[in-house]
Amino acid sequence: MLNIMEVHETNQMIEQEKLDVRTITMGINLMDCARADVDETCEAIYGKIVRYAKDLVATGESIERDFGIPIVNKRITVTPIALVGAACCTTTGDFVKIAHALDRAAKTVGVDLIGGYSALVSKSMTPAEELLIRSLPQALSETDIVCSSVNVGSTKTGIDMNAVAMLGHIIKEIAESTADNDSYGCVKFVAFCNAPDDNPFMAGGFHGVTEGDAVVNVGVSGPGVVSRALDAAEGKDFEFLCETIKRTAFKITRVGQLVAQEASKRLGVPFGIIDLSLAPTPAVGDSVGEVLEKMGLAQVGGPGTTAALAMLNDQVKKGGIMASSYVGGLSGAFIPVSEDKNMIDAAESGCLTIEKLEAMTCVCSVGLDMIAIPGDTPASTISGIIADESAIGMVNQKTTAVRIIPVIGKTVGEMANFGGLMGYAPIMPVNQSDCSAFVNRGGRIPAPIHSFKN
Amino acid sequence: MDKAIITVVGQDTVGIIARVCTYLSEHHVNVLDISQTIIDGFFNMMMIVDCANTDVAFETVVGDLEELGGQIGVRIRCQREEIFTSMHRV
Repeated sequence: MLNIMEVHETNQMIEQEKLDVRTITMGINLMDCARADVDETCEAIYGKIVRYAKDLVATGESIERDFGIPIVNKRITVTPIALVGAACCTTTGDFVKIAHALDRAAKTVGVDLIGGYSALVSKSMTPAEELLIRSLPQALSETDIVCSSVNVGSTKTGIDMNAVAMLGHIIKEIAESTADNDSYGCVKFVAFCNAPDDNPFMAGGFHGVTEGDAVVNVGVSGPGVVSRALDAAEGKDFEFLCETIKRTAFKITRVGQLVAQEASKRLGVPFGIIDLSLAPTPAVGDSVGEVLEKMGLAQVGGPGTTAALAMLNDQVKKGGIMASSYVGGLSGAFIPVSEDKNMIDAAESGCLTIEKLEAMTCVCSVGLDMIAIPGDTPASTISGIIADESAIGMVNQKTTAVRIIPVIGKTVGEMANFGGLMGYAPIMPVNQSDCSAFVNRGGRIPAPIHSFKN
Repeated sequence: MDKAIITVVGQDTVGIIARVCTYLSEHHVNVLDISQTIIDGFFNMMMIVDCANTDVAFETVVGDLEELGGQIGVRIRCQREEIFTSMHRV
């Protein structure tokens, strides 16, 4: 039978250490909503989303009450819209209409974000995919809660450099179209390499074409719990440190598994995966940076950071994998600069640079995330950053991503504020060396060799 | 059997258990086990209860007990047992 200390430990995690389930995300297939006419397509999309997800928020809230665990976000992902709209969209305006339909549907059911205004162009773009990408500045500035992603590369296909070159310009245009709001539109857009089909987190979540008609995926969180557990590991060796992280990750993930099964049962929708990610928030004590500093770093970003993060990421997976029947999505430690108090402080003091963050992304999910850069950064430089990050993912057979915000009208030393869970970030300096002749060559970078791995 | 865990945390005072148990008996919630201890100077009580024959919805019990806690000046939580067993039992 349960004892009082175990019960106390769980409630302590929830009340003091900010243990929560970060998101319950319902994936919905929209392939069957494609019509020859764009307005009819929008109507079908709106109808299906509202029909499938009408009880999502209420179900999430009732699980919160029954178990006493906060479920911070309820979200929806849909089939990449470039596929759904391919038959009926002939202009960027047509795609924007679909974005509005998604926005309306998501607001009707009361979720906080909807993802999947996406295109998968890892080898090259179809005309519809190119149109969707070109529609992004208008779509993301006119809608409130629609999130978008573009997969520009994969280990099997290489990197579509035409898309990468185009995205540099598109990201700048998104930034300009939302300039009065610290270029907030860019917060809702991610460029991926090796994008997973079952990611419950935003802005990069979409319902992959390999998925069924509907699915429930759950993203867990808990850097605060890991951080508190590490207090007991001070001065101890790596074995003790790893064991502590593993045990904690196991406990966190079991809660996610319980919530996922319960949500699946109550909604009558199959359970997909648990995403084992340590997802920070800007709140004090809910920081991945703090976990790394507790391991013995004076400040995140200094020497030792990559090794500490690699170990953290690996132990979280080792502890979490046994706790869940199906693990997927991104599964790792997130390092979004603006959403992590200790990372914000390190970026502000200059200890954490974009180059160090790039190195960190080699060993964890998911990539250069929520990084604010000067608004006058050239489009080709942004493309160069996306190409670098994609190359890391392509060669290392892992997911990498770039969510970067060129904040129009601001420069190094100033602060961008995105509000709520998106947090705030100091504008970080970017290497000024020109790479335009490289990114603008056109064509694609071939897939890497899959043998001779030395 | 429909087990839930009720926890009470706060300053010790006369009649906490009595008032909680009165509420539970009024709504046919059966108490299976009670334990209490002092953690970090605070009174901690845990009850394992069975809600199978309760005459109100589980979320009503959760809300009522929280309100009762407010009146007494302690924090009362009522949670389904699975959150604890899933975390602490393989």
